[in-house]
Amino acid sequence: MNAKHTKAAERFLENKDHAAWHNQTLWFVREKRDKVVKNVDEWEELRELANQIKAHTISDLAKYLEEFADNAKKNGIIVHWAKDAQEHNEIILGILQKHKAKKLAKSKSMLTEECHLNPFLIKNGIDVIETDLGERILQLMDQPPSHIVMPAIHLKRQEVGVLFEEKLGTETGNSDPTYLTRAARAHLRNEFLSADVGMTGVNFAVASTGDIVVCTNEGNADMGTSLPKVQISTMGIEKVIPDHESLAVFLRLLARSATGQPITSYVSHFRKPAPGNEINLVIVDNGRSDIVGNKSHVKTLYCIRCAACMNTCPVYRRTGGYSYEYFIPGPIGINLGMLKSPKKYHGDLAACSLCMSCNNVCPVKIDLGQQIYRWRQELDGLGLANASKEKLSAALNAVFVRPSLFYNAIKVGKMLKYIPRPFIYNGLNDWGKGREIPTFAKESFNTLWKKGEIKKNKKL
Amino acid sequence: MKIGLFIPCYVNAIYPQVGVSTYKLLESLGLDVDYPLDQTCCGQPMANAGFESKADKLAESFDNMFAPYDYVVGPSASCVGFIKDNHPSILAKKGHQCQTSDKIYDICEFLHDIIKIDSLKSEFKHKVSIHNSCHGVRELKLSAASELNIPYYSKILNLLKLVEGIEIFQPQKIDECCGFGGMFAMEEQAVSTSMGEDKVKNHMATGANYITAPDSSCLMHMQGVIDRQKLPIQTIHVIEILSAGL
Repeated sequence: MNAKHTKAAERFLENKDHAAWHNQTLWFVREKRDKVVKNVDEWEELRELANQIKAHTISDLAKYLEEFADNAKKNGIIVHWAKDAQEHNEIILGILQKHKAKKLAKSKSMLTEECHLNPFLIKNGIDVIETDLGERILQLMDQPPSHIVMPAIHLKRQEVGVLFEEKLGTETGNSDPTYLTRAARAHLRNEFLSADVGMTGVNFAVASTGDIVVCTNEGNADMGTSLPKVQISTMGIEKVIPDHESLAVFLRLLARSATGQPITSYVSHFRKPAPGNEINLVIVDNGRSDIVGNKSHVKTLYCIRCAACMNTCPVYRRTGGYSYEYFIPGPIGINLGMLKSPKKYHGDLAACSLCMSCNNVCPVKIDLGQQIYRWRQELDGLGLANASKEKLSAALNAVFVRPSLFYNAIKVGKMLKYIPRPFIYNGLNDWGKGREIPTFAKESFNTLWKKGEIKKNKKL
Repeated sequence: MKIGLFIPCYVNAIYPQVGVSTYKLLESLGLDVDYPLDQTCCGQPMANAGFESKADKLAESFDNMFAPYDYVVGPSASCVGFIKDNHPSILAKKGHQCQTSDKIYDICEFLHDIIKIDSLKSEFKHKVSIHNSCHGVRELKLSAASELNIPYYSKILNLLKLVEGIEIFQPQKIDECCGFGGMFAMEEQAVSTSMGEDKVKNHMATGANYITAPDSSCLMHMQGVIDRQKLPIQTIHVIEILSAGL
């Protein structure tokens, strides 16, 4: 039963203090979310409404995409369509080359992570600068994000202090957050000023007006796109929503679910380029249209990437984002990874106790836990089932379907006769590493009942 | 009203006293309770591991066994939740229409919602911390889940309040998972153990002497942690408290 997540989790938990700190840090965000959510009386109705808007939009996705693209074009935005990651990256490189751009100032985008855009551009001679503070820290460390909203949440400020000493020349031993933030701001200011092109992700694409809406807390998307003459924004096809009324629903849900703020510091609406400027929009499929027809998993397309499911997940909090094989961790990542490639990412399915807390925090009511349960059922048909778990399940089934075998097996010490030895030992060994093994009662309820001891003796 | 008593496999084998308490309490209320012999498992351990195909025969025999009763009642929120939520689709694949999913209740749910008991003869002079089990909270809705913005309620709390002499507490992270999760406890043993340790710590921080839950499976997991670390707290099923003194 050795999924990669399992082993990575064991390593993460070896440093107990760090693991406890990580758990508490993410729990703090969950608590902030709870507090702010409980100030909105109609919260549960909002979630239901958001779920219905997404269900409706995804069910008529082509129509809404065309409406959005037509309106965006009318506003003067240049719209590009990319069927996969490679096309996405080539389109962006093409735009940069057309403008002879050398430096790209980029705000946060999980889609560009998905498409591996940065390494592709760097290989082609572009200087890519992440301008979200967390993303910039990770870029300087050459690490991927460990969380989709707070990408560097796994790092302590002391680690950032040491990094900045080396990379930005800050004072030795100074890890005061304000000091470090100011140093990062000064450093990024120069990058903003010298960038040739600014790039953003997209939180929402409003079909009725062609608006692109980007939510940030640092204002880096605005700074990055206001200075250069050329802007590139990139979005998955599922980001489209019908109109501004729908947008109002999602904006009330997003930041509250993500960080416990009523709204992000900046909600930037991009509609048309300033005179002489250019806005390019890349709309990417990269496997999403296949999910539209997948009844069991279509709801993953509702996701607005708030990461509330990560913050509440007891497994994510205790194992960190890098324990997962897919680049998006936690409940939504487990499901998105399976949609990307069951063969590569099925190990992440182990990282779930089916506690179902993720379902309840999800602002668009994705059935995340049930989907994980269903994926586990699908593994057998995909030829990816874990052989040990399958044999153990078969052995248990063989005993349970024959009650006389079961009641014999639970007589102390008899289990080995019925369940293959290695499974008993491996299973009990894994249980026994941190916990005592329960012992069978002298007589089962079934035996007591048969002997008439339960019915006759009311004073048991 | 004829009640079929459902005693899940591990309760039958490890915690028969939980079954006995369930029977005693129902019987003390003048209810007609029967225990269909030779029950085993509802199939949840195999299905949660990804093998509904190794659980469908069990679901079928469960359904046939309990179909004749007006109500099916068992002392395990997780098993009851599994039957309610998953048996219908598992059985549908075999062309069998599930007959028990609409009439199965966890014992606490049954006492609270169907019998609506408002007094008990029970006495339990101890400090007790309620363990709000995941499937009890999020599948059977025995209490308001902490994630939702709905008025707080707890059926377990309401029932325990009927017990004489009891002092009731709730832990921090009121309904966080204890880390059991069936085969998850073995497959992800490090995470599962860490979750169990944290959970027991939160219960102990209330000052309680007992952890109580409507699920013996969570209690079994936490008891494993308690025994390994020799911690000064015990576990007890809610029904054992409700029937104490009978």
